[in-house]
Amino acid sequence: MASITYEHVWKRFGDVIAVQDLDIFIEDKEFLVFVGPSGCGKSTSLRLLAGLEEITEGKIYIGDRLVNDVPPKDRNIAMVFQSYALYPHMSVYDNMAFGLRLRKTPKAEIDRRVKEAAAILGIENLLDRKPKQLSGGQRQRVALGRAIVREPAVFLMDEPLSNLDAKLRVQTRAEISKLHQRLETTFIYVTHDQTEAMTMGTRICVLKDGIVQQVDTPQNLYERPDNVFVAGFIGSPAMNFFDVTVVEQDGDLYVDGGTFRLKLPPEKAQAARPYVGKQVVFGARPEDIHDREFSPPGIRAEPLTATVDVTELMGKEVYVYLLTGKKQFIAITDPRTRARVGREIDVVVNMDNIHLFDRDTERAIR
Amino acid sequence: MSAHRTPRRTVRLNPTRIGIYTLLILFALLFLIPVYVLVVSSLKTFAEVQDLSRLWSPPTGLHLESFRAAWWGIPEKGLRGLSQNLLNSVYLTVPATILSSMLGSLNGYILSKWRFRGANVLFPLMLFGMFIPYQSILIPLTQTLAAIHLGGTIWGLILVHVVYGIPITTLIFRNYYAEVPTDLVEAARIDGANILGVYWRVLFPLSVPGFVVVIIWQFTNIWNEFLFAVSILQKPDVQPITVALRNLAGSQIQEWNMIMAGTLIAAVPTLLIYIIMGRYFIRGLLAGSVKG
Repeated sequence: MASITYEHVWKRFGDVIAVQDLDIFIEDKEFLVFVGPSGCGKSTSLRLLAGLEEITEGKIYIGDRLVNDVPPKDRNIAMVFQSYALYPHMSVYDNMAFGLRLRKTPKAEIDRRVKEAAAILGIENLLDRKPKQLSGGQRQRVALGRAIVREPAVFLMDEPLSNLDAKLRVQTRAEISKLHQRLETTFIYVTHDQTEAMTMGTRICVLKDGIVQQVDTPQNLYERPDNVFVAGFIGSPAMNFFDVTVVEQDGDLYVDGGTFRLKLPPEKAQAARPYVGKQVVFGARPEDIHDREFSPPGIRAEPLTATVDVTELMGKEVYVYLLTGKKQFIAITDPRTRARVGREIDVVVNMDNIHLFDRDTERAIR
Repeated sequence: MSAHRTPRRTVRLNPTRIGIYTLLILFALLFLIPVYVLVVSSLKTFAEVQDLSRLWSPPTGLHLESFRAAWWGIPEKGLRGLSQNLLNSVYLTVPATILSSMLGSLNGYILSKWRFRGANVLFPLMLFGMFIPYQSILIPLTQTLAAIHLGGTIWGLILVHVVYGIPITTLIFRNYYAEVPTDLVEAARIDGANILGVYWRVLFPLSVPGFVVVIIWQFTNIWNEFLFAVSILQKPDVQPITVALRNLAGSQIQEWNMIMAGTLIAAVPTLLIYIIMGRYFIRGLLAGSVKG
């Protein structure tokens, strides 16, 4: 059990900067998720902590201990790989016992821990099998088991679910969260999937091009994204962005997109006041754009008329792809909507949940 | 018992196929002609083998005197048998093969999984060793061996073969280990293994197919090698069988039947290696390690 500190950590591969000035404190027992598109440096950040890559600059602490020059085996960590990386010539039992044997753990203790981990994961009946006799889901569990038996200070997971099919992934996601609560150990988890990040993390670190975009709780990332990238990355379908101009009329502020003009609520207007007459980026999540007929009560709704381009029925809701002028955007509406392709439809935007961003810096206007 | 026919894949005999098979059979026969002459001659008596007009005809009976002579020698004619030399070849080939395979395996492991600074320069340099002709280094080689007191000994020749084997064994193992997922190495490192631990506990047990290829290659080459052996080992009682075989040939009269018998004896161990090692050529050793 330990906290993790990345102190101004840099990693360069030749001329390429993989991680740039990573500076985070991760508390003991936290479940931190590194998330971002491929090549954003999330895996590298994890591998730096594991000791599989050398740090170019900066310091990494596990607990109070500086680990820059500590080899992986002495960092008291366990890692689950995307490929599982099971030793093909060893049985499931031996795979799990391997790390303990190397550490000269007494036989009885090894046996106890392996059996206990196998029980937690429901793989007691597989202990004699070889990895090639296991299904993908079972291999994944063995990989988890191999980490659990070590009782490490930190669990590192590098996209452990991405090789599972969709159903198994959702199931295992919940199990890993449960495991975290049960083991009460620090978890560091890497994924490119924002849903995984949102559902599992106690905190999420969003990375892009090796640079931290925002470190926050899932709820804050969703409600108060710091910049355009985070706003677009978190949430599915992604947030709609419009290039608009802030205009003033009768003391009120509006965002004007050419084909629409929406009134800003007072708090947002106050923040946007320095931008009057200037272009900004206006963001509204699909779930905050409703069919006017089925708009929920009590929201600060501003109307907008658009042409229906495509509709996708998801069951409990409909994704409606709309056009205003040449700009396409998505609304999630009630399935009773009368939206028909090619027709016009009146929608409303929930102005309490909209976001404004500076066009140049892409930072949130607050 | 025609009822117990094993089901066969029906092969359509079209003209192309017939052409291919004819050609293959023809080449097979062509390659087998020397072997045929070797076998029939070894089974003939000295009188029979001298009649060149009967070179192609089978022996009149199973005459094994030639094998006896080749193995035990004919002391009254001052002819040494091959028995000691075959053992010498074993003493030479087995350690040299094992040592060079192990070295190649370790080199391949380091070069493929621990890419250190300068590895990209070192590896081509090592490979370059393959292209150094044996003849060009004979004199410095014998001098070096003499200087380290290994001149004229089997251990000296073992050293030569181990060193000369480094390029090819390294190349084969490096390419073999390139197929082994690096995740396995990293998992083992995190599990607590050091650089040698990863090799012994993870890579080595997965190396059987690599070792089979390298052992067959090295064993055959070292067993059949002549030039180094004849240059380094002057004394008949330490010479390997390839060199001793040449000594079977008399200066005036060639006892062809005996020479052929000796050649067959010399060829048996390499054949055995192919047959024995072939059994261990296991595919799919890596199955299950990473996502299948």
